[in-house]
Amino acid sequence: MPTIALTLTLNGKQVSAEVEPNTLLVDFLREGRGLTGTHVGCDTSQCGACVVLAGGRSVKSCTMFAFETEGLEVVTIEGLAPAVVGGELHPMQAAFREHHGLQCGFCTPGMVLSAVDLVRRHPNPDEAQVRHWLEGNICRCTGYHNIVKAVQAGGGGGS
Amino acid sequence: MQPFQIHRPSSVAEALAALRGAGEGKLLAGGQSLIPVMKLDLAEPTDLVSLAGIDALRGIRSEGGRVVIGAAVSHAEVEASPDVAAAIPALARLAGAIGDAQVRNRGTLGGSVAHADPAADYPAALVGLGATVVTDRREIGADSFFTGLFETALVEDEIVTAVSFPVPERAAYAKFPNPASKFAIVGVMVAATGQGVRVAVTGAGPSVFRVAEMESALADGFRPEALDGIAVSSDELFGDGDASAEYRAHLVGVMARRAVAECA
Repeated sequence: MPTIALTLTLNGKQVSAEVEPNTLLVDFLREGRGLTGTHVGCDTSQCGACVVLAGGRSVKSCTMFAFETEGLEVVTIEGLAPAVVGGELHPMQAAFREHHGLQCGFCTPGMVLSAVDLVRRHPNPDEAQVRHWLEGNICRCTGYHNIVKAVQAGGGGGS
Repeated sequence: MQPFQIHRPSSVAEALAALRGAGEGKLLAGGQSLIPVMKLDLAEPTDLVSLAGIDALRGIRSEGGRVVIGAAVSHAEVEASPDVAAAIPALARLAGAIGDAQVRNRGTLGGSVAHADPAADYPAALVGLGATVVTDRREIGADSFFTGLFETALVEDEIVTAVSFPVPERAAYAKFPNPASKFAIVGVMVAATGQGVRVAVTGAGPSVFRVAEMESALADGFRPEALDGIAVSSDELFGDGDASAEYRAHLVGVMARRAVAECA
């Protein structure tokens, strides 16, 4: 199959690339752009390790074709905070560190980006809202309690 | 995944032309069912026709006692819509309990009803509320739209453009979800409408169905106790690792009572 041209804004920069029609967004990000902070856990749109923001909404990048991001702004964990060595974390990232919202860290990029989507819509979510929202993000280490605290603390700063 | 060609029409007419010109064409809406199926090579379309660029499939509007929702409207948009919340809050809550947040951000109303997954939530909403499916060429009542397991009344090249929901007097949806997928093991939509009471069940069997005995009992007295003693046969219901057919039959009664209680 011939490739197709794709132009999107990726982590603040305009990117043009040629992709196969059947290239999944997660494969374009990891293999095409070297953005390996987006993880593949289940590859069946259940675990949420591959969550990124596309067009301002959190999506599972294993269940979206790369071509569907044409013209959209896509943000991965690498682009959430300005890429400055020693620079400041995004408030949600800082909240996860402060509240020990991670252990192994595998689910964390997806958790953080999902949480950013939540607090943009509901800046001060209650615990039930956070737990309902995170149904699509699975963590096998923490038991979620500290993740919920982190998301609540990271609210209001989620721009 | 098998290779395919993509088409990005900007109108329903262009989409129909692309579909008719394809070898084995499939419509791509939110992709939350189609992409997983394609990853397993259970669907191998030669052509994907993306509906993302068709403005006519978007938008939610209230008109004359109905709420009309475009086929490409996402579950998240239905959940957050002030029009839906004001007219049919049960529909907003149903949409907000589909899958997870990311599935709701991508998945669409039209995609869900055309796919007709036996455990999807929307079929219960369409049949329970007595909705009408609008396509590129006709209108189909929900009662005759869902015809079987992943089967609908749509013909090969027909495109769902909107669903029109009449506003009920009151309605509620109760779901016993699979804890991982959030698909309905059993989901029941109960609605009191100007034309009577409707009870629609999803998840329990190959396709959404109504329970006439419950509807007439509720018409006589719209309260949970009215359903006491009404047994649903397990004969045509699913039995699997989640729940036996007998347990599903029992859950239909439990969920129906919960939905009626929530209406009060």
